[in-house]
Amino acid sequence: MTETLVDSVLGLYNYWVVIFLMMTGFYIVISRGNLIKKVIGLNIFQTSVFLFYITVGKVSGGTAPIVAEGLEVYSNPLPSVLILTAIVVGVATTSVALSLVVRIREAYETIEEDEIQAQDETR
Amino acid sequence: MMEAIQAQLPVLQVVIPLLAAPLCIILRRRSLVLPFATGVCWLTFLVSVSLLGDVLEAGVISYALGGWAAPWGIEYRVDALAAFVLLFVSGIAALVLTYAPRSLSDEIPASRHYLFCTLYLLCLTGLLGIAITGDLFNVFVFLEVSALSSYALIALGGRRQALPAAFQYLVMGTIGATFILIGIGLMYQMTGTLNMADMAARLPAAEGVRTALVAFGFLTVGIALKMALFPLHVWLPNAYAYAPSIVSAFIAATATKVSVYILLRFMFSVFGLEFSFEQLGLGRALMPLALAGIFVASTAAIFQRNVKRMLAYSSVAQIGYMVLGISFATATGLTGGIVHLFNHALIKGGLFMAMGCIMLRLHSVDLDDMAGIGRAMPWTMAAWALGGLGLIGVPATAGFISKWYLIEAALEQGSVLVAVLLLLSSLLALVYVWRVVETAFFHEPSERAREAREAPVSMLVPTWVLLGATVFFGIYTAYSAGVAEQAAEAVLGGLR
Repeated sequence: MTETLVDSVLGLYNYWVVIFLMMTGFYIVISRGNLIKKVIGLNIFQTSVFLFYITVGKVSGGTAPIVAEGLEVYSNPLPSVLILTAIVVGVATTSVALSLVVRIREAYETIEEDEIQAQDETR
Repeated sequence: MMEAIQAQLPVLQVVIPLLAAPLCIILRRRSLVLPFATGVCWLTFLVSVSLLGDVLEAGVISYALGGWAAPWGIEYRVDALAAFVLLFVSGIAALVLTYAPRSLSDEIPASRHYLFCTLYLLCLTGLLGIAITGDLFNVFVFLEVSALSSYALIALGGRRQALPAAFQYLVMGTIGATFILIGIGLMYQMTGTLNMADMAARLPAAEGVRTALVAFGFLTVGIALKMALFPLHVWLPNAYAYAPSIVSAFIAATATKVSVYILLRFMFSVFGLEFSFEQLGLGRALMPLALAGIFVASTAAIFQRNVKRMLAYSSVAQIGYMVLGISFATATGLTGGIVHLFNHALIKGGLFMAMGCIMLRLHSVDLDDMAGIGRAMPWTMAAWALGGLGLIGVPATAGFISKWYLIEAALEQGSVLVAVLLLLSSLLALVYVWRVVETAFFHEPSERAREAREAPVSMLVPTWVLLGATVFFGIYTAYSAGVAEQAAEAVLGGLR
């Protein structure tokens, strides 16, 4: 009993970190009205997925996939390569989001969601 | 020489618009950029016509990108469904850009036209890439290419409401795409492959495992967000209503359709009919959502003052029809869903193009300003009414064909209730279409309508071509429903 508990909590601790970060980011996106905070939440949410992919590729005791004497167990490099692409996508998303926030600030003089909605309704 | 090019067509389909996009920035001058981009779109259309011909004649085309054989390399895979989607996405992109110059000059400052063309071509690249690729991670990358460029395209809209609309779309779109990414990661973890066909072969061994179920859940929700399936549609109405007219026409006609295509690919080709529908009962989950979406969104459409917003709500309802067809998971239902992909792309593209004509002359798309516009702009509004008839599903329009198949599929399964609901929902469409037609033709002209004149021929011709096509495909169904039937069979057959 205690063994399975230790295995599922400590043995899989990186998955718990991923889930914690994922939910934190997701919660920030949903609950915050400030657009910059939403972008930050989105970033945390995406980062958790990056960690997840890297975790998937890790082989315990494995080294970097380099051909050299005495190295026989390698981590899977493919998830790292994939996530490199996803990081680029994430950076692009963040930059588009931030530039939209700048333009929203210019047009509305605020970056609070409820104030923006209020301005559009009263007009 | 020709044969050598023929063999490279699958990759050219994506590479041509991808390379043309940065060239637009180099060309920069408006008088060069627009004809160039339009030419590129027509070229991709020609490629897709040729691809569809090849597929119908010789069966599935598999192309190994860079010569690396699947499953190690990325495979481009064109079957009947993919070729069909490629055809109408590139065709509509070309037609909309042909229509664009006048509307573009009116709505977007001339100094930004070259950027518009760049974004437009990138968005097209993404949509075509999603349809053609046979690699799961590639789907995610192309999805983000098209999504990021469409956020920027929507933000080009003239009114400031376009900015929060684009931001909201960005947030929800990114959440959707990240869910899909998580799903793909979990599936990779289960099977160790990213190639769709290879994964379909390896999944049965993993189907009982919880990881596969979780992946399925993440993918379904992520794709539903992307295709604006009720109740995950909240980003769509504002995005379509405040985007520039050309962007609304292009994105409304293509983007959500391509997301429906992703749903078909994942649920049928990768997970397989048996797992998705018989073991997990995806159909039972999708059908109520589809029906609720049809009724809620159609009802919401009736109460809109902004006609573009009304059409956007109608789009959410039409997604419901497509998903309903998919939820039957039978050949007839799928044919209905797939043919509605095509028919609705034509109808909604044409309707938003007619709205672009109205925007050009009235500088407004509010129903009040459109009062009496039928007298000043008879050709535009006649086209609109024709599209409206298609939305309702009147016989001899394309919309009728889709609904015919859907009702037939419902009756095949013995669900008379669904068939009756489908008929009732057409009444709702009748109400919102009639409201606009009545206001435009039978009300006293508004101040703006009195000063308006007919839209320029350069915009009317593409609009009529697209809406005329809906009548053509309402009568001659060999090229729409016929191909859709083949596509449905290909999908049901799976990749195994």
